[in-house]
Amino acid sequence: MKKEKRSLLRNKGVQSLLAALLCILIGLLIGYVILLIINPAGAGEAIKTIVENFLYYPSPSAQLRYLGNTLVKTAPLLLCSLSVLFAYKVGLFNIGAAGQYVVGAGASLYCALGLGLPWYVCLIAAIAAGALLGAISGVLKAYRNVNEVISCIMLNWISLYAINTLLSNVKEGASPYTIQLSTGNPGAVLPSLGLNELFNGNRYVTIAIPLSVIVAVVIWVLLEKTKFGYELKATGYNKFAAKYCGMKEKRNLILTMVIAGALAGMGAGLYYLTGFEQWSTTQSSVPAMGFNGIAAAFLGGLNPIGAVFSSYFIQHITSGGAYVDKTMYSAQISDLISSLIIYLCGFVLFFKTTLDRRLDRRAEREAARAKAAQKGGEA
Amino acid sequence: MLLLIQYTLIFASVLILVALGGCFSEHSGVINIGLEGIMVMGALGGALMMKFLPAGTSAPVIILLVVLASILLGVIYSLLLAVAAINFKADQTLVGTAMNLLGTAAATVFVKAMNTAESVDNVSSTIQYIEPKKAFLVNIGSFEFNWFMLLAFVALVLAYITLYKTRFGLRLMACGEHPQAADSVGINVYKMRYAGVLISGMLGGLGGIVYITAGVSEWKFENGVAGFGFLALAVMIFGQWKPTRIALAALLFGLFRALANVYTGFDFLTALQLPSNVYNMLPYIISLIVLAFTSQHSRAPKAEGVPYDKGMR
Repeated sequence: MKKEKRSLLRNKGVQSLLAALLCILIGLLIGYVILLIINPAGAGEAIKTIVENFLYYPSPSAQLRYLGNTLVKTAPLLLCSLSVLFAYKVGLFNIGAAGQYVVGAGASLYCALGLGLPWYVCLIAAIAAGALLGAISGVLKAYRNVNEVISCIMLNWISLYAINTLLSNVKEGASPYTIQLSTGNPGAVLPSLGLNELFNGNRYVTIAIPLSVIVAVVIWVLLEKTKFGYELKATGYNKFAAKYCGMKEKRNLILTMVIAGALAGMGAGLYYLTGFEQWSTTQSSVPAMGFNGIAAAFLGGLNPIGAVFSSYFIQHITSGGAYVDKTMYSAQISDLISSLIIYLCGFVLFFKTTLDRRLDRRAEREAARAKAAQKGGEA
Repeated sequence: MLLLIQYTLIFASVLILVALGGCFSEHSGVINIGLEGIMVMGALGGALMMKFLPAGTSAPVIILLVVLASILLGVIYSLLLAVAAINFKADQTLVGTAMNLLGTAAATVFVKAMNTAESVDNVSSTIQYIEPKKAFLVNIGSFEFNWFMLLAFVALVLAYITLYKTRFGLRLMACGEHPQAADSVGINVYKMRYAGVLISGMLGGLGGIVYITAGVSEWKFENGVAGFGFLALAVMIFGQWKPTRIALAALLFGLFRALANVYTGFDFLTALQLPSNVYNMLPYIISLIVLAFTSQHSRAPKAEGVPYDKGMR
């Protein structure tokens, strides 16, 4: 019985799950303490609201509808987190998911509203735009040795200003927002295939949600079960060794960033083509989606399937944050909690090695004791 | 033209301070991507000090207290990086990114809570400091001299002397190049790395308050510091981790950043009729191009980003 338990704790998947749960727990706890400091009166209520999210509504039909809204926003988050984790597996830190998401949004909305194209073309445009931006970082890294973190950040800001300029062409008269998709070009709205009926007629629920999960599975297969994925990971571990083995390490680097960029761009397409949100052409900060993707990727233990659940969780508390009592707290409390969770994810490696070491020590002690007992028996 | 010089100098001051901060941290062997978050925290400390100082306080006292508040908050915040990266061997890029997000989120939550507590209708994340800000400015003709410019210059000289002329600086750099060798001659690598990160927290925090007082008299903390911490990192790389070169690079980047503020004052620039977003993009585009041409032979500290493990040889 005991032996079985030990082997379970040694399992990498179980360790990742434990670590993730620990991060969430500590993150929520610190968030609660911060709420207490700001205003002790409503802290308990507020943290409950954040964790409950759509359950905040009393009627089941409203709950279902708002669960739909959370899922609509989970799909892009999942793709952003896939983008981050895919690059990280190959040794690249894709903080540019945010910028790739921005150009994806820009391309899809411009194709939909400016050029009046159908949804599938808009989605492909989003993917291509993200891939292109990723390619820039990849080429700069491979051929000019530019740190991808720095180049990605610069590209994030460049994309934001460029897309704001581009989308000013398709905005509603006086407001800074782009034209509603349902009135501007209904043909560009992603098809729902009856999925909206499942969520009490929430018209923003589309094929985006199942599609994002399918992509997660594809990425898992690509990374774990194909030669191509193996090559990419080998390049990530040691690019000189990969080169020595005859792999094209530069091509692999660029290709990784192209795929990562495509994923983030697709995420934006899957979100903005539901018509859930209009782009504000005066926004002065890069959308948080890409950065939350980092949180989801690490919380999910850098596993595509884990990312499905962690993305949902991050979006769940982010949406929940919108319901807190605004007379006491601000919605950003969820951002605070999710950034705390990213910070805590930094300690996961330490947690795992400590756990392993402790298990080793216990096993050693037990072995020694067994030996001693055996000796005692002989004498 | 004078306005352009003024803005260039003040933005260059920010970049010099923050890039020197990055420089100390990286020379000790720790990559500090979290400078952006540290800047926000420093800015928050300084802004709060300005807000709550009594109205009649004399200018030198204001300057001193504001600078101290920014430094204090920056240093405390940088401890997050130091503990994670040095004691727990965490991934430095990940922790730095988390710190950037956390800095903006925490500052926003705090300022909003403070504003709402003052009046229920005020849900903005803005702090105003019109009056106390005047303490930093001295008008010389039409040129607005800012004491922070002098401060940045002093920091530059001190950084140069510390890094190249003192035992501490040389030891610090040894820890970033070959920590095992440094340890073998009796240098405590962990202590040195702590020193490096905390100094970067000090300079980053200071840079934060300089940035939010440059040109404006109120700051919306939801916006963080708009990627300036990363521009400073680009300046540091372009400056090849050397203080004097960092100063020159900062002047160049400061010029392009200043253009976004004052381009309407130049007839030939307004005649081009470019959208204002182009000028907003300019510093980032320039830094990308510059990095593409300077990163090839970059002389980064060899052991940066690698957690130091005493047991490894």
